[in-house]
Amino acid sequence: MVSLIEMPPQTVTQQIPQQEDRPINETDGATIMIDVRDVDFAYGNNQVLYDVTLDIPAQAVTAFIGPSGCGKTTLLRCINRMNDLIENARIIQGAIHLGGVDINSPKVDVVDLRRRVGMVFQKSNPFPKSIYDNIAYGLRIAGVGKRSQIDEAVEKSLRGAALWDEVKDRLDEGALGLSGGQQQRLCIARALAVEPDVILMDEPCSALDPIATAKIEELIHDLKKQYTIVIVTHNMQQAGRVSDHTGFFYLGRLVEFGTTSKIFTNPSERRTEDYITGRFG
Amino acid sequence: MSTIAIATKATKRGHIAEGFVFTMFRIGTYFVLLCATYIFLDIGIKGGQTVFQKTAPFINVKFLTEPPQTLYVFDYQGKKMELSDREFREWKTTHKEDVDVTSVSYSAGGIWPCIVGTALLVIGSMSLALFIGISCSIYLSEYARDGRFIRLIRVAILNLAGVPSIVFGLFGFGLFVIFFGWNVSLLSGWFTLGLMVLPAIITASEESLRAVPQGLREGSLALGATKWQTIRKNVLPYAMPGILTSSILGIARVAGETAPIMFTAAYAMRDEMPWQVPHWTNFFFQGVMALPYHIYVVSSKIPQNEYTERVQYGTAFVFLVVVMLIALTSILLRERQRRRLSW
Repeated sequence: MVSLIEMPPQTVTQQIPQQEDRPINETDGATIMIDVRDVDFAYGNNQVLYDVTLDIPAQAVTAFIGPSGCGKTTLLRCINRMNDLIENARIIQGAIHLGGVDINSPKVDVVDLRRRVGMVFQKSNPFPKSIYDNIAYGLRIAGVGKRSQIDEAVEKSLRGAALWDEVKDRLDEGALGLSGGQQQRLCIARALAVEPDVILMDEPCSALDPIATAKIEELIHDLKKQYTIVIVTHNMQQAGRVSDHTGFFYLGRLVEFGTTSKIFTNPSERRTEDYITGRFG
Repeated sequence: MSTIAIATKATKRGHIAEGFVFTMFRIGTYFVLLCATYIFLDIGIKGGQTVFQKTAPFINVKFLTEPPQTLYVFDYQGKKMELSDREFREWKTTHKEDVDVTSVSYSAGGIWPCIVGTALLVIGSMSLALFIGISCSIYLSEYARDGRFIRLIRVAILNLAGVPSIVFGLFGFGLFVIFFGWNVSLLSGWFTLGLMVLPAIITASEESLRAVPQGLREGSLALGATKWQTIRKNVLPYAMPGILTSSILGIARVAGETAPIMFTAAYAMRDEMPWQVPHWTNFFFQGVMALPYHIYVVSSKIPQNEYTERVQYGTAFVFLVVVMLIALTSILLRERQRRRLSW
């Protein structure tokens, strides 16, 4: 396992830092947002992740690639503890720290964690409500009741997801009437509305045509100025286009992790090269 | 020469068997159709004579809006008189002579208190069953993790669905009427009927909840919603129409059952309407008349003659129409629902 980012150990802070405290991205390296250490993960008796260690830099795009069943989605879903929903799924050992805080510690409320770590799913899942209500959903459950505040957030999120111009005249129409690409961007906007620090994307373009895919990739490129993005993808070209760092997973192990240019042009591992050049997977 | 055109003995036998089986299936289907047609025509024609009339307003308003009364039949000056209890007493004040009267219980007046009573029983028991049933199904499908205890609960629910309605009636009588001391009352009837439809409601609700895609739950949870917020705002609203439409079939069952209410809630005859109570709390502790029980009483508890037949068929007809209307509503709602929500 090779890690190209050499970072000093993270100082552990007691509180989850607020957004304004977030360290500014340095040019020469990166501040670590998510720190995955020695993680073993299993569904019941079926271990799917072995000793995964990697550092996800803030305000950058990190891609997980690898063949189906290699554990990349599982790791992604560990970051916002979505795996809590699955019976008997658990981290056997190791820890994931977000901004220095162990996300699995009993002190961390999973609801707060998920508000900080948004997620976009493989199959776009807009709620069968109006476009407006989809975006407002996260705010309303967080207790925001003021109409003006919600209005503002809806516009801001839709602009952030490059969807505003397409839907501004039909905010009250059902979200299910949008095209597939628009639905996926709506899901991104919905995640942006609660102002998370991290956005996890689980193969967000796998069901989209090339034009819609290009739009989302462009969007990801814009979003990384503000957000830490982790994207799981099957599409190698996509990883090459959008990500700054790439991790290659195979059979539950992180084979190689480094800057995308290094992984794609000069991988250290034979298996990475074979996968990237399409010799297997 | 081709051999395909020549039917062998085996294929011939096959064709004969096929023809025989098809005929059996067809006869079976026609038999069902015949029975259904006969029942509907019989009740429709005979009951229609009670409910409808040849002169305006063409519907026998009295039958639908008055309580049952005793019918007095007698000959007076060569004319055959058929008077209800009230009419007969009025008539007596002006005619002093003795007449030879035949009295027939329940055969005059109408069935209004039965319609009201059935409506009250349905509303109360369905509210109760929906509340408990939906809570239970949310627990089972959203919160409970599969285990031995949950499997035991599911078996219990299945068994509850198989309990004969008369057993529910006796259970309600023992628990609510006697042990809780609620007597024969609306409350006892609500709980007894509610328990009876509970398995159907739980099953229907669980199915509707499970039909809501998992992606909607995950999408909501990923936005920082708690499990209950997710269920209340993003699962239950989409499952609710399905739950309600399936439950309408439960209404037909609640409205139709006689056995559970005959010991717990139904009176054969009651002069006051349910809202004529001294204090509002008495409302829950009064027995009511009900359509199915009324049919039972007029068909088996009083001597039969041509006059009782009118009220029997009339009640059955009204009852059938009520149940058919409920079923129709359920079908229409479900169709609308299917068009509106798709994912």
